[in-house]
Amino acid sequence: MSLRRPAKNQPENFEFNPSSLEAAKNIVAKYPEGKQQSAVMALLYIAQKQNDNWIPLAAMKYIAKFLNMPYIKVYEVATFYSMYNLSPVGKYFVQVCTTTPCMIRGASKLVEACKEKISEDESVLSNDKSCSWMEVECLGACVNAPMMQINDDYYEDLDKEKTLKILDKILKGEKPTPGSYRGRINNEPENNRKTLMDLKNA
Amino acid sequence: MLKDQDRIFQNLYNDLGPDLTSSQKRGDWVNTKEITDKGRDWIINEIKDSQLRGRGGAGFPTGLKWSFAPKEVGSRPHYLVINGDESEPGTCKDRDILRFEPHKLIEGCLIASYAIQAHVCYIYIRGEYFVDGQKLQAAIDEAYEKKLLGKNAAGTGWDLDIYIHYGAGAYICGEETALLESIEGKKGQPRLKPPFPALIGLYGCPTIINNVETIAVVPTILRRGGKWFASLGREKNTGTKIFCISGNVNNPCNVEEEMNIPLKELIEEHAGGVIGGWDNLQAVIPGGSSMPLIPKDKCETLTMDFDSLMAEKSGLGTAGVVVINKDQDIIKCMARIARFYKHESCGQCTPCREGSGWMWRMLERMAKGEASKDEIDMLGDVTKQIEGHTICAFGEGSSWPVQGLLRHFKDEIKKRNKFDPIVKENKNIPYLVDQHLLDKNA
Repeated sequence: MSLRRPAKNQPENFEFNPSSLEAAKNIVAKYPEGKQQSAVMALLYIAQKQNDNWIPLAAMKYIAKFLNMPYIKVYEVATFYSMYNLSPVGKYFVQVCTTTPCMIRGASKLVEACKEKISEDESVLSNDKSCSWMEVECLGACVNAPMMQINDDYYEDLDKEKTLKILDKILKGEKPTPGSYRGRINNEPENNRKTLMDLKNA
Repeated sequence: MLKDQDRIFQNLYNDLGPDLTSSQKRGDWVNTKEITDKGRDWIINEIKDSQLRGRGGAGFPTGLKWSFAPKEVGSRPHYLVINGDESEPGTCKDRDILRFEPHKLIEGCLIASYAIQAHVCYIYIRGEYFVDGQKLQAAIDEAYEKKLLGKNAAGTGWDLDIYIHYGAGAYICGEETALLESIEGKKGQPRLKPPFPALIGLYGCPTIINNVETIAVVPTILRRGGKWFASLGREKNTGTKIFCISGNVNNPCNVEEEMNIPLKELIEEHAGGVIGGWDNLQAVIPGGSSMPLIPKDKCETLTMDFDSLMAEKSGLGTAGVVVINKDQDIIKCMARIARFYKHESCGQCTPCREGSGWMWRMLERMAKGEASKDEIDMLGDVTKQIEGHTICAFGEGSSWPVQGLLRHFKDEIKKRNKFDPIVKENKNIPYLVDQHLLDKNA
């Protein structure tokens, strides 16, 4: 289990803005009547997106009221799942996968790059408060190892230099192109493809 | 090597595009009505004949699972749930299906829902795959637009709605009952079985849960016949499978291959060989991190299917092959896997919650050479205390890789860990409890 604590400085109030509210209503409609509690995970995501990548306690209380469920149940969910950020992580949230398949292909170099560019310790905001990084468990792109995720996008087939370049870009406020950084197409074996060649050449 | 025309996932590398028009050219959605017209029993029997086994790790026969759904719909509706929570280290096959072959999955959902009489299907996707989930959502929207979903889906007379539910970074939600808890908006902690989800599942209703890959191969099986699928691979381990080859290989890749393919062929042919040559191979994790590793000497002749790997005291799992060469510290690799399990334990059962942390800390010390010899057996003992003493299979998943390490690399651990808790050189330490033992030896 991982230890997760809410941030010390919490905003007083939280409310969905009109677009979040509409998205939330659409999501509640996906589930059967009386089972609106199912929407709690999606609503926490919406709150997280609206509130610069993190969820304050006020948002949990708001969602509890919105879904007519006990606050503690929302709190339980928000603290159980690791993708809900309970304290500010910055506009760009860098997650480096360091589980074994990435580790043996040099994920520690990516961590070094993050330490150089963003902050010495994980989960600490950079000087300009725009981003933070952390080590995470398997992100499910093992054949593209080592890789990292920035907000929603995957950056694959990296090494230290490429990571430094990507981090430079986000520190300037630009969005780097996601995908493979060795120029390979999706998950095919580079320069060694032996299957479905007719389609490749078609 | 499997012939190209026998590959189910023609668009695995996205040469053709995942949209509806190009999917239809590949044969998706062509005669869905003809398939459903043949009836539920025919569909389930054909899947049974194909001997398709679940692709999510456990390898449970899919046709049999479907036949557990109640024959008549009572007061409670039936649900189909698709497990796309792919979080097993070493596995990244479902992601390619979600983004490049979404229509195979959606059509499979329709056929499976028809077979088990479900009108609602939830696809559970891990939260990290948000971008890939959006691609699936686009395909679902496209299908609704072309009347392939919704009321009278694809002209079959069956109504079906498909919804995506995103997870939020919990590995345990890949366990089927934890996944149901998660859809219900709770913490993802597994339920006790029985009752099995086929009778009491999502919202207490009959629910069938299948992996993404399992459902995505169903339409092709029904089109080409269960016999065709059963002719590939070998008895009880039939068909094709997407293998993910990662780690120390020259060309890590996903590739669809026949079951029972030799491991060596998989690594040498498709993945471009081990970095540093075959002789530099140290060990292979054959089926995602929870399957025990297999040392090099056995890799020579190993074939990749459920039963032959079981005979080696390992398993096919999700077919995520992680290749580890001799440049890596094998104990460190396993310590990292143990850390993964320590992080991902849901905390419900004590043996797993506490034991996963113990295993991690012991392995970390062993990697540094700070453990004593007795601890090696103690570690084996801890794994036995976890295995079989938990509600779900996470206990096995976390202890098997450690057992595999102990089984095959015990000498390596022993060589490195010579730490003796009894200090021999510095006698007369006032707080040394074992002073009397030293005195006796002197």
